[in-house]
Amino acid sequence: MSKIRVVHYINQFFAGIGGEEKADIKPEVREGVVGPGAALNAAFGGEAEIVATVICGDSYYNENLEDAKQEILEMVKKYEPNLFIAGPAFNAGRYGVACGSISKIVKEELNIPVATAMYIENPGADMYKKDLYIIETGNSAAAMRTAAPALAKLALKLAKGEEIGAPTVDGYIPRGVRKNVFLEERGSKRAVDMMLKKLKGEEFVTEYPMPDFDNVTPNPAVKDISKAKIALVTSGGIVPKGNPNHIESSSASKYGKYDIADFADLTEATHETAHGGYDPIYANADADRVLPVDVLRDMEKEGVIGELHRYFYTTVGNGTSVANSKGFAAKFAQELLADGVTAVILTST
Amino acid sequence: MHICTVVPISLTVGANRIVPAIAIPHPLGNPALEPAEEKKLRRKIVEKALRALSTEVDGQTVFEN
Repeated sequence: MSKIRVVHYINQFFAGIGGEEKADIKPEVREGVVGPGAALNAAFGGEAEIVATVICGDSYYNENLEDAKQEILEMVKKYEPNLFIAGPAFNAGRYGVACGSISKIVKEELNIPVATAMYIENPGADMYKKDLYIIETGNSAAAMRTAAPALAKLALKLAKGEEIGAPTVDGYIPRGVRKNVFLEERGSKRAVDMMLKKLKGEEFVTEYPMPDFDNVTPNPAVKDISKAKIALVTSGGIVPKGNPNHIESSSASKYGKYDIADFADLTEATHETAHGGYDPIYANADADRVLPVDVLRDMEKEGVIGELHRYFYTTVGNGTSVANSKGFAAKFAQELLADGVTAVILTST
Repeated sequence: MHICTVVPISLTVGANRIVPAIAIPHPLGNPALEPAEEKKLRRKIVEKALRALSTEVDGQTVFEN
């Protein structure tokens, strides 16, 4: 069998051209191995060979994204590779973004396997981990000794069409993919075993890690609540009767925005919940129990608050992904700001 | 601010002003009460929420009372 042909992408620094002062160099291609390619070639064990190395300055790539992508794509194409590898980029931010970006376009345009490697906090990791296999490395080039063999091994597997193991097995950054597998022991036993280990203070590995939540600096207090425009938002799935936009009862892919200007009270006849994760009878009988429109309307009349915003925003927070929720909020937060809303009360069931 | 029955979840997801609620299927109500009493209970929680919004905080804060 002939050797797997590999094109390797590196930046100006790893090519030995220079540091920051050379970060604006345009893409160029050299036959064979340059810099860290040697370590990859050694790790291929004769099964694959780097036939060409593309070098590009980190600043040039990021400042001329569209041109750089096209130029590099043409260079790569010419060598008819079976595999494309970029990096490792370690904790170099622009290099990591370039490695992710060029790997993604090569994968899409040339339809060949691609692999890259970087430190988990490299911004390129977050941007491309869902699209690519990214080997997790240490945060500096000192980690090359372990990064190159791991990257070469995964890349070979991809090129040979072998099955890729879990992130912990093959050393890549989790891509957010869940896979069904059969295990010897059933879930209840595994969960109890895990709990016992936890109680004893022993090491254990969760099967379902919590997503990463970001913390934000609290906003300043509302100075005068009697002048504030308050908006209601809920993850409790309150919708107009009949759920006109068909918000899903779990794993919601959308949110609703509904007018409550004419409502002083939500009733069984007008509103209900679309949420499939709690007993709906109480919310269906009186949706104010989740979305307190009645009370806020009273307070508006009494002058306790300035105004109840005429729209409320709603989704079903039942198995709904953090990414979807963030996406919803990013959109409607802009509308709330544009509508001059002072503060939001978010209710959750 | 976040009105939420399961305060540990609210803390995990990073809410900064948190007011505990009554129960998962009726965070701002209690079907065991007479309607007028129930609305009073709801009003208390909303008043607490407005108080939370009017209070400066320098990190995650649970408004218990």
